[in-house]
Amino acid sequence: MMDVIIIGAGVSGCASARELSRYQADILVLDKEEDVCCGTSKANSAIVHAGFDAAHGSLMARLNVEGSRRMPALARELDFAYRQCGSLVVCLSEEDRPKLQQLYENGVQNGVEGLRIIERDELVAMEPNVSDDAVAALWAPTGGIVCPFGMTYAFAENAAKNGVKFQFDTTVTGVEPVAGGWRVHTDRGSYDTRLVVNAAGVYADVLHNMAAPADPMRIIPRRGDYFLLDHTAGDHVRHTVFQLPGKYGKGVLVTPTVHGNLLVGPTAIDVEDKEATNTTAAGLEEVRAKSGLAVKDLPMRQTITSFAGLRAHEPRHDFFIGEIAPGFVDCAAIESPGLSSAPAIGAMVADLAAKALHLEKNPAFDPTRKGILDPKTLSFEERAELIRRNPAYGQIICRCESVTEGEIIDAIHRVPGARSLDGVKRRTRAGMGRCQAGFCSPRVMEILARELNLPLSAITKSGGDSKIIVGTNKDAL
Amino acid sequence: MKNVDLVIIGGGPAGLAAAVEARRQGIQDILILERDNELGGILNQCIHNGFGLHTFKEELTGPEYAGRFIAQVREMDIPCKLNTMVLDLAADKTVTAMNRQDGLFQLHPKAVILAMGCRERPRGALNIPGYRPAGIFTAGTAQRLVNMEGYMPGRKVVILGSGDIGLIMARRMTLEGARVQVVAELMPYSGGLKRNIVQCLDDFGIPLKLSHTVVDIQGKERVEGITLARVENGKPVPGTEEHYDCDTLLLSCGLLPENELSRAAGVELNPTTNGPKVNESLETNIPGVFAAGNVLHVHDLVDYVSEEAGAAGAHAAAYIQNGEQGADAASLPVRCENGVRYTVPTAIRPACAGDKVTLRFRVGAVYKNKKIAVYLGDTCIFARKRPVLAPGEMETIQLKGELLRKDPAADHITVTLEEA
Repeated sequence: MMDVIIIGAGVSGCASARELSRYQADILVLDKEEDVCCGTSKANSAIVHAGFDAAHGSLMARLNVEGSRRMPALARELDFAYRQCGSLVVCLSEEDRPKLQQLYENGVQNGVEGLRIIERDELVAMEPNVSDDAVAALWAPTGGIVCPFGMTYAFAENAAKNGVKFQFDTTVTGVEPVAGGWRVHTDRGSYDTRLVVNAAGVYADVLHNMAAPADPMRIIPRRGDYFLLDHTAGDHVRHTVFQLPGKYGKGVLVTPTVHGNLLVGPTAIDVEDKEATNTTAAGLEEVRAKSGLAVKDLPMRQTITSFAGLRAHEPRHDFFIGEIAPGFVDCAAIESPGLSSAPAIGAMVADLAAKALHLEKNPAFDPTRKGILDPKTLSFEERAELIRRNPAYGQIICRCESVTEGEIIDAIHRVPGARSLDGVKRRTRAGMGRCQAGFCSPRVMEILARELNLPLSAITKSGGDSKIIVGTNKDAL
Repeated sequence: MKNVDLVIIGGGPAGLAAAVEARRQGIQDILILERDNELGGILNQCIHNGFGLHTFKEELTGPEYAGRFIAQVREMDIPCKLNTMVLDLAADKTVTAMNRQDGLFQLHPKAVILAMGCRERPRGALNIPGYRPAGIFTAGTAQRLVNMEGYMPGRKVVILGSGDIGLIMARRMTLEGARVQVVAELMPYSGGLKRNIVQCLDDFGIPLKLSHTVVDIQGKERVEGITLARVENGKPVPGTEEHYDCDTLLLSCGLLPENELSRAAGVELNPTTNGPKVNESLETNIPGVFAAGNVLHVHDLVDYVSEEAGAAGAHAAAYIQNGEQGADAASLPVRCENGVRYTVPTAIRPACAGDKVTLRFRVGAVYKNKKIAVYLGDTCIFARKRPVLAPGEMETIQLKGELLRKDPAADHITVTLEEA
């Protein structure tokens, strides 16, 4: 019998796994997808909210502020990309000023540090491309941007380093209480465990309702459509720029990313289908229409891709973390600011589980993890020396993002490692650039096939049936 | 690393032709830097024929055409480094590059020729809504998989965009056993050559739907279908949606010159072509940095790439041998009017124009019974009747140097279309 099974290898599940690996326990993370970070965690705003938005007194507010506070040290400890660029909530009309003041006060109550309302002159000096209609803004210096993939992989790799096991392509089909714990049924057999952590994202309600049918939960997938712009547009804004909801409606955010792109979005469209991550013409149009409200002259022609993700929205609009049945811990309704809160969510889940199971501390726990080496961060001499030691770092595979074969090989042999083009892309950025993998995908496929000892025909975009090639020339003739 | 006089970035058709001509003009010390594992660039995957009618007066395949130039480069013993990526070009022409063998290295050449080619516009830049499954390829990526690796990217295919690569791939996929159901084109005219529409679509009974685009992509893991709709005034018309079951969507929706290195070096770009602004010597705003081929503007035929790159090679050779010339000469901007979208060059120094200047351009729509006219100031210095002009076909004209020098007071040149 396992001690803990965590269902869901998104950022909440992986953060929980990492924090639980501080204890002596057999821990298994299950996910229906082929890799870590395949759901909500991979398609979001990639920002660390300062914590002024969530209603004071909510769990969301507490964990957001705590997560944001932990982020700088955690990013160093686990070596993922994070930058405290600060955020601005732009007020576009004098009429809306009271709302700006309310937001400020809510933030102060939540314990957000450094909050200040700034007037137009100071705002324009900080953010020259801010809208001509902007009258003031809420300035939150602790707001930041983060690589959501990088953070999730960092948690997962550090958890694996400390003994956590991961199993992918495994869909949980049912849970039932057994003596001393739970039986988790999957499409690949059943597993007994003393405790279950339900971190299943948009599916968390399904698992919740199996474990506690008397008190049902409903998660509504709330879709967000986004545009990602090329590096050439990356410095259009210097901070995360939100628009204060008000006279002009609810806007979209415009933010730099840690990799130098510009991200614009999201929408908030409730959908029925938990797999409906498709963008729609209406959704993309809505982002386009709102994008210019708080920021002017957005170079939308520099768009390199558009995407959509689903937030796990629950009508009470708060995180739901707690033991809902003996040995069954929900980590549910983790919608925005879930990414920002992940460090605190992981700690809270681990604390609950450790207390429930009376776990002992793991004396061998190593809190550190080194990310995939990015040779672009090295000096000329260091980089030259790296290539002398390992010539694979001298071979560029992805031209747009200058990703070398060395980085891709590293990504494949990590635990958990990349098994698909998207797995390589999220870990190394190969294929993430302006040509969107046109040039590098055949090369990355070859490297994956060679390193994993698979035929080329078995390489997928993102696991499952997402095969890239379907046969050989003339085989159907 | 030993220094060289001329670095050519890119070993495709432009880089090869530039190298050959620079050597003919007497430049000994040349180095071609190529990121792929062989010379020839994208020609290597263009195994269809139709190349070289202008240059060699015969029909060659892409690899054959490249082979002719590669043979000349080898005969002339012009050095090249394969699998070598240029990471940076600085304003002082310092080239930073790397490969497995040499590691990271820098060169300080006297002149540089930009010959990096272009890339395809991806799905993301087209803002097509829907899922993002496997099975969506740019036509060029599919061409590489089929023609160089021997793999089928799909069986039931829809193609969006009627650029030449898309048309060629419609035929190619059909010959390899796939069923190409339709080619949809957003514009009311094709972006490809007429001969490709006839030989690649009409001959195989593949319908071309003009003024149509993809409005939805279905399939979470692999493409399962797409929805086409008719387009009016740039917008899909509700109620015109048609569904196609398919496992593959190929995109041939335009090519973008690859000028990230140029931009970082401070080379001024033309927002219409996304290529460098160059003068009559194909020289950018950085003295000694020249550009040719698809990095400069997207060509229709490789023959013109070779011709243009040869000229760039000769100009670079003159720069290396004689230093910067004509720095004080009057430079006349070339204005585009009445449907002329852009010109290469974007400026002409009559004093440096020699006997003649080749001027290339494209039009923005299909025009019938027009006259191409060029004015120096208010004086017409060139006129030629054209029964048909189309965006898919590049226009090439030659302006006589003596005419360009006739009016020293003129401060601009105009290229325009007039009623014939």
